[in-house]
Amino acid sequence: MKEIHELHLPEELKYTQDHEWTRGTETVRIGITDFAQDQLGDIVFVELPEVGTQFEAQDVFATVESVKAVSEVYTPVSGEVVAVNEALEENPELVNKDPYGEGWIVDIKISDSSQLESLMDSTAYMDMLKGEE
Amino acid sequence: MRYLPHTQQDIQNMLQVIGASSLEDLFATIPDRSCRLGDLDLPGPLSEWDLRRHMAELASGTVNSDHASVFLGAGNYEHYIPSALRHLTSRSEFYTAYTPYQPEVSQGTLQGVFEYQTLITRLMGLEVSNASVYDGASALSEALLMTLRINKKRSRVAVSKAIHPHYRKILATYFEPLYAEIVELPYTEDGLTDTSGLEQIEDLAAVAVQSPNFFGCIEPIAGVAEAAHDLGALMVTCFSEPLAYGLLEGPGTHGSDVACGEGQSLGIPQSFGGPGLGIFCTRKKYVRNIPGRLIGQTHDRHGQRGFVMTLSTREQHIRREKATSNICSNQNLCAIMAAIYMACLGGSGMHELAQLNLDKAGHLKQELQKAGASIPFSAPTFNEFVVRYPGDGASLTDRLAAKNIVPGLPLDDYYPELAGHHLVNVTETKSKEDLDQLVKEVTA
Repeated sequence: MKEIHELHLPEELKYTQDHEWTRGTETVRIGITDFAQDQLGDIVFVELPEVGTQFEAQDVFATVESVKAVSEVYTPVSGEVVAVNEALEENPELVNKDPYGEGWIVDIKISDSSQLESLMDSTAYMDMLKGEE
Repeated sequence: MRYLPHTQQDIQNMLQVIGASSLEDLFATIPDRSCRLGDLDLPGPLSEWDLRRHMAELASGTVNSDHASVFLGAGNYEHYIPSALRHLTSRSEFYTAYTPYQPEVSQGTLQGVFEYQTLITRLMGLEVSNASVYDGASALSEALLMTLRINKKRSRVAVSKAIHPHYRKILATYFEPLYAEIVELPYTEDGLTDTSGLEQIEDLAAVAVQSPNFFGCIEPIAGVAEAAHDLGALMVTCFSEPLAYGLLEGPGTHGSDVACGEGQSLGIPQSFGGPGLGIFCTRKKYVRNIPGRLIGQTHDRHGQRGFVMTLSTREQHIRREKATSNICSNQNLCAIMAAIYMACLGGSGMHELAQLNLDKAGHLKQELQKAGASIPFSAPTFNEFVVRYPGDGASLTDRLAAKNIVPGLPLDDYYPELAGHHLVNVTETKSKEDLDQLVKEVTA
């Protein structure tokens, strides 16, 4: 597993306590962080929601299964799923290889953009991870 | 895997490590009222000779199929069990009370279960099987819970009234604390499930029928499955007599998404009604929603074939309250019995045996009709059917009991509208003389 200083945490993203990242302000792209994919190990399956599903903040919208665990992925924002990363159905390992790029999970059109304000920036998320060590 | 009990020395060592002075000390936190202190109220010990005599006396007071002509099925069937089966399953490697988790010490058991899964999916015409669950009723209940996991936004399941009454009771227990609702489908005058009201049921997650159903009638699975699928619901086919699929095509071939039911017929002794074998098969696309364990084939680092538990990440010991089921136990030995039974008979043997059951039951049905009995349902049957014997059904049961004949299950308690009718089962164990004798006695 990676050391904390080896983790890649892009500065333009927002982060959650449950190790998801978000990108954007109106339609928000969501995935899991480099830390999360590294902890889970080899990901073998991603269960995606259907396009059009409505979620409230803190709802489970996907599950990520690795060889050693199945984990829930929570949405930090309320809104409607407008796209899912169908490439993960055939290639779930994209989450390991490129968690912030090709390994994205869903796009959610958010109903309340103020929910983004409570999320962490990369520095705050890094501080949280150091506290977890 | 061998069963090695703890010795007194083992127990003392373990107590010492955790700092308890005795077993009583270890269990001291259990309130007295919940704890049995002192000896059980049992008679004194007997010698082996005396014990055998005592047990033989007890047994002589019961009616059993070795000494009586029993036409009672209704979910538990008298089939001949090949001697090889008892010999093989009594080997200590198989005869353990628990599913061994560690592949390094239990390749034989794991392979046995893998073979069971392979054979049973072929019989059912589906792609995947779990390692089995408790019995037919728990298999049906788990199947309908699975349909709710798959059809997340829906909250009703339609369940045929021609499913075994005990299965439906257990299903009701499973569903009692849930958000979801069971809608009962009536049966038609032909003895088949009436699906004409399906379209009126909103939020339908699944349709469940039994085939052959409790009355022995063979349901038109393909038609029901089409109706269910048109409504976006999954098709669940349950059964209590899997031998029927030695002749009939498997439920999966006719559009069922799940085939589930009781496997006692496949080499498992009747034993007063248990233990049983809960068969659970489905399509591969639902594999991540399957309850219970699954054994998979893999290879080790030297490339040699081996067997391991697969998809355990969905099970309760890893995923706790989010597991696909929290009743994952099965009777592993029963699954291995079924595997050995199916292997003993082979595909053609299963077919021949099923044909024999069909022919004998058909013969009795015909002869009873000639003798004045009425058959209320016109749908085709396998080795079980409903009949109204000539004369008074209640006195008949007592009269035939005196002659060591059990003429079937009186349906009065289960279906009051069928009061006076019996559910009659005929398997390969019945000779022509047995059948003729029943016809003679019921018309006497």
